[in-house]
Amino acid sequence: MATASEFRTCPDTGLLFHKPAEKLMKINAVVAVVFLLVGGVLGLLVGLTRWPAVHLLGASDFYMVLTAHGIDVLIYWLIFFEMAVLYFCSSTLLGCRLATPRIAWLAFALMLIGAIVNNIAVFQGNSSVMFTSYVPMSADPMFYLGLIVFAVGALLGCFVFLGTLVIAKAEKTYEGSLPLVTFGALTAAIIAIFTIASGAIILIPTFLFSIGFISEIDPLMYRVIWWAFGHSSQQINMAAMVAVWYAVAAVAFGAKPLSEKVSRAAFLLYIIFLQLASAHHILVDPGVSSTWKIFNTSYAMYLAVLASMIHGLTVPGAIEASQRKRGFNKGLFEWLRKAPWGNPAFSGVFMSLVLFGFLGGISGVVMGTEQINLIIHNTIYVPGHFHATVVLGTTLAFMALTYWLVPVLFRRDLVMKGLAKWQPYIFALGMSGVAVFMMGAGTLGVPRRHWDLSFVSAAFTHNFPETAYTLLGLMGISVVLAVIGGAAFCGIIVASLLFGKRLSLTEKGETPLVAEPITSYEGVGMGKIVAPGTFVLALVFLVSFVLYYFVNWKFLAETWGIS
Amino acid sequence: MSALMPPSDRLWWKEPIEKVELLWILLALLWAVLMFVMMPYWHVYGKQNLSSEAYKTTAEAYQKKVQAMVDQYTVRTDGARDFPVVRPPAGSDIYMLARLWDWWPVLELENGKSYRLHLSSLDWQHGFSLQPANINLQVLPGYEMVVTITPNKAGEYSVVCNEYCGIGHHRMVGRIYVTE
Ligand code: HEM
Ligand SMILES: [Cu+2]
Ligand SMILES: [Cu+2]
Repeated sequence: MATASEFRTCPDTGLLFHKPAEKLMKINAVVAVVFLLVGGVLGLLVGLTRWPAVHLLGASDFYMVLTAHGIDVLIYWLIFFEMAVLYFCSSTLLGCRLATPRIAWLAFALMLIGAIVNNIAVFQGNSSVMFTSYVPMSADPMFYLGLIVFAVGALLGCFVFLGTLVIAKAEKTYEGSLPLVTFGALTAAIIAIFTIASGAIILIPTFLFSIGFISEIDPLMYRVIWWAFGHSSQQINMAAMVAVWYAVAAVAFGAKPLSEKVSRAAFLLYIIFLQLASAHHILVDPGVSSTWKIFNTSYAMYLAVLASMIHGLTVPGAIEASQRKRGFNKGLFEWLRKAPWGNPAFSGVFMSLVLFGFLGGISGVVMGTEQINLIIHNTIYVPGHFHATVVLGTTLAFMALTYWLVPVLFRRDLVMKGLAKWQPYIFALGMSGVAVFMMGAGTLGVPRRHWDLSFVSAAFTHNFPETAYTLLGLMGISVVLAVIGGAAFCGIIVASLLFGKRLSLTEKGETPLVAEPITSYEGVGMGKIVAPGTFVLALVFLVSFVLYYFVNWKFLAETWGIS
Repeated sequence: MSALMPPSDRLWWKEPIEKVELLWILLALLWAVLMFVMMPYWHVYGKQNLSSEAYKTTAEAYQKKVQAMVDQYTVRTDGARDFPVVRPPAGSDIYMLARLWDWWPVLELENGKSYRLHLSSLDWQHGFSLQPANINLQVLPGYEMVVTITPNKAGEYSVVCNEYCGIGHHRMVGRIYVTE
């Protein structure tokens, strides 16, 4: 049992913080933001190199920086932040002491050491293998060792999270079932454990291969297992992102889930069907049968897609219903017009939701279709897609949550509130440009991870259409805008933590930090529909999805016959 | 209660679900099923499908096969490094190999005719990206993939490498000609 002195009650939210857990959340979140900052600078360098008119870096620097960019943001920024989210969702939301803070510190230390070792290996220049490190290309052993040490740390963190859930249950710190947000975090943690196990299965032999202990690794097997790790880890990001959506809806509107059953079942679908999703990275590989591909991508993937489509309705639906309950019940969209658009936590989450769905979700399903993958695989369409999921979706949602964590967790007032209001819009606009223009260029066949489209000193040359160059130029401009938005975020957060006005640990601040919870949606909406506006938006989404899906079949039908 | 707290109804799984959710789940499920059906449908009625045909091979064995084709059907040379241009008969097995950092040799095909194209790598992974037709295939060492291709337009095509394969990746371009 923990003693009362180890806890503090947040005067603004009523949340019970276990002090050792609080420290761990802070340190993980801060390190995450540092990696975002570093990764963002690297992203700028990469983006300016892929802008043909600028072509900033030389070839070997480009591949090195691209490797570092991918790893620092995709792995370190997101997973450090997710650790903070896991501790928050277990210890704080359940009002429970964190299980074994010491092991949580060990986890943090291993993750940090691993990340640093891995970065050093990359910046020494002989590990420019991209984050996928496809064999038989091989990096410095330190590259893999860093990743493995990091993964062990992350695994320990997941166990601390699970342990905390067990303690909370045993010590009865809450009544009934886990809160939905914690349930979402649990989904993320379970997926993480599966994922990290796959990562270990493939990275340990690869490490042994790099030191010459193993002479060969089958490249196809590598790809299948690597993607069981690489793709499922995107499901962690997604589950964590959705949990953050629900959390911010609850904080900003007091939103109650439309129904617990549906939202929880949707999380469960993520767990059940995630392993199979690795298949859609292998759709144009030799040695894999069509039946296997269709089974794995559709039977499984579309049920995970279904789950995301459900969350995509239930989160804004709950926001709509709460707004209506508060009196914005007129017409289809009064609830949306009168939403707090100047609150970056809300605007960030709302844009995360919409852009993840429209840009990331639709493009992902389309390119994950067995045959359509033929016209998209490894083109720059692919990074276009995942900047829509993992940046517009996850990163934007995490940024939004951070605006709320600064006063609640760090007890500091935000500085530069005017800029903070605009930051999500700037970042979302820039990053949407990055995503859309990359996808456009990819449709014209422009390859990903490619330094020089003019093919100087190649045996043959190829001229991409003029439009491709225009699109890459527009992408370059969007990169600059996105980096301004990202830098603004890092600047605001760092400045707030260092110089923001300290908030009292015992007295309520002037601005409320959490809305009164809504207890029922009686009497809102139109007819029997509590969220008619959201339903209309969802239909718009479905129609766009259908149109774009079939347009791509048409593109496919125009190319050479293949059988 | 909000999503940050335990459900207020302890028996939450017995609560009825909202109409709007039910409607949406049905629509989304219908769409998911339709998308599923599209893939087998295209295998039957569409013209762009990958076969499952592939063999285990080795760099030496594969290189031998490619060389045999080159010896038999070379018609001229082309490109900055005088690669052989091979014009195999329509309907035959044709070979292209990937290695750091070439696609070798150059192929010359007839429009509208089908060929069994074999692809493999002698060293690392590469990405066969046929432009501007925009057909993209993963090429792995140790695996020989066979796809039947049917060009539908005459012209000069490039094979760009779109799987990162080291410092020469952006110089790895090959050529396929399609004649009338
Ligand atoms: C302002 C910030 C960012 C900019 C300007 C940016 C830009 C880019 C560009 C231009 C590429 C290269 C595409 C290619 O040549 O294949 C790239 C790759 C990538 N980016 Fe970003 N990005 C940013 C933020 C992020 C974030 C926040 C994440 C993840 C959360 C991310 C994940 C990745 C990954 C995984 C790759 C692929 C690396 C690879 O192919 O190995 N990026 N980014
Ligand atoms: Cu290559
Ligand atoms: Cu390459």
